[in-house]
Amino acid sequence: MKIDAHHMDYLLLNQAVRRQTDSEVEIDHCLGQRFIGTGLANKTLVINGVPGNALGAYLDGGRIIVRGNAQDATGDTMNDGEIIIHGSSGDATGYSMRGGLILVKGNAGYRAGIHMKSYGEKSPVLVVGGAAGSFLGEYQAGGLILVLGIGCEDRAPYGYFCGTGMHGGRIVVRSDHIPENLPDQVAASDLTPGELEQIMPHIHRYCETFGIDPQSLLPHRFYVLTPNAKNPYQRLYAMN
Amino acid sequence: MLKEGQIRIPSGCAISGVIDLEGGGVCGEEMIRSISVMHDRSNGLGGGFAGYGIYPQYKNLYAFHVFYEDQSAREECEKFLDRHFDIVNLSKIPTRKHPRITDAPLLWRYFLTPLATKLSHSQLDEREYVVRCVTRVNTRMKGAHIFSSGKNMGVFKAVGFPEDVGEFFRLEEYEGYAWTAHGRYPTNTPGWWGGAHPFALLDYSVVHNGEISSYDANRRFIEMFGYKCSLLTDTEVITYVIDYLVRREGLSLLEAANVMAAPFWTTIAQQEPERRERLTFLRQAYSSLLMTGPFSILVGFEGGLMALNDRLKLRSMVIGERGSRVCIASEECAIRAISPELDRIWSPKGGEAAIFRCKEEAQCQ
Repeated sequence: MKIDAHHMDYLLLNQAVRRQTDSEVEIDHCLGQRFIGTGLANKTLVINGVPGNALGAYLDGGRIIVRGNAQDATGDTMNDGEIIIHGSSGDATGYSMRGGLILVKGNAGYRAGIHMKSYGEKSPVLVVGGAAGSFLGEYQAGGLILVLGIGCEDRAPYGYFCGTGMHGGRIVVRSDHIPENLPDQVAASDLTPGELEQIMPHIHRYCETFGIDPQSLLPHRFYVLTPNAKNPYQRLYAMN
Repeated sequence: MLKEGQIRIPSGCAISGVIDLEGGGVCGEEMIRSISVMHDRSNGLGGGFAGYGIYPQYKNLYAFHVFYEDQSAREECEKFLDRHFDIVNLSKIPTRKHPRITDAPLLWRYFLTPLATKLSHSQLDEREYVVRCVTRVNTRMKGAHIFSSGKNMGVFKAVGFPEDVGEFFRLEEYEGYAWTAHGRYPTNTPGWWGGAHPFALLDYSVVHNGEISSYDANRRFIEMFGYKCSLLTDTEVITYVIDYLVRREGLSLLEAANVMAAPFWTTIAQQEPERRERLTFLRQAYSSLLMTGPFSILVGFEGGLMALNDRLKLRSMVIGERGSRVCIASEECAIRAISPELDRIWSPKGGEAAIFRCKEEAQCQ
């Protein structure tokens, strides 16, 4: 079933999506409508155009496929399901994610994976194919952020202040570069073969989804950023 | 109605801009289409536009756009303008009746040039003379407010949603090489016509999404240099800071951006020696003009646009490029609305100024 979103308000569009009995819904001419797929649990949603902020907020299952770029706060507090973006995503991708999977073919904006968390079986995964902005994994408390750094092999594929306030979870990076200025509370170490084995399914999933040859990414140096247990937080905020 | 200082409204905004680097004409209607896509970011308490290159027939004259509360304010202000300027042309600003734009003040437009004798007696340079006259009207003359005072540019603003404001001011009748637009969601001050964005002084105009938490520190500093923050909104102070740094202190726009969104000391420490020294100087020399808190701004100036985010990038900003056209907006959808196909789309980093200038020969046209 197709919905033409041309000139459609976000409220009407979301109502139209929810009313659909088909398990697969395609939205054409999407242009900035917010909250698409909020709380959706069992549908596949294909979006042509630019979805607005908070795409797939509270997503609870099913799949959202974006044939283009996504804006800010994609997957805000999502609980389950998948969001697949065949382009880049804006700021705060995977904001407060607590389960499910987000695959971004290109780059992510600032604060990707901010406040991601995990509990019990719930463990969210955010995969960014290109580079992420500054404050990657800010306040991360759980889950996995995987940055493949495709196209920016000459530098660390993220900006300043990576992992600021991080106290759980992992950021795995495919890169030869570890910046000197990581926060003191973040520790970097090379991925062990066993750890690499663990994340291989996500790399394969990324490659299959976007038609990329895994051989072009591997073998490569991978490292992992985790909270530094030897240097716990004493002061919450940096000195300016 | 209650104005700034009499009421506080505790509570996002939308910004959009476009520039044709070849100086080609962009119709005001395009800007309306772009900003209207982000309707939900504003709440109907302010909308506005700044167009550059819209008055080619009067390009050597200052164009004043003025709000008057009543006829007596107009008479008093016109007497003042007559004493200080040679008024070449004056008229009402053309508008159309609009069901959602109400309580309009009197809207007048003047094309003028400083009186030569007055100007020489003042011993001021021309632009400073104009600034002082504008400040005088806006601070001392009750019921009169000059909200646009540049050459070959003009600000159009009102209380309402931006798309309605654009229709009210008949912006489809204007063409310019650059535009900015704003949809307002006032957070601290009431929505009234003067408080809508863009804020402008001479040819500098600013549209802003965010909230400057250092407002009062910035205000105290800038008021030492003769500026008066009469509107109590943070965007007004940004406009004056840019005028002060660029026109009076002679900094480049890039340097002004490095003052307002100065990098953290830890970031400065990592730079190459020459850049480190420059950034250190700017941060120390103008420490009171560091702006903290979230902001994304578009600054219009003669011949170009600058986009700037706060150093932590707490607001969104996207830039789309297609041929000689550059579109900048809070959201990608506002760019796609007027330019569905793009050669490149990117987001500047926090504190990274993106400056676009028309080619010089294009500006002269």
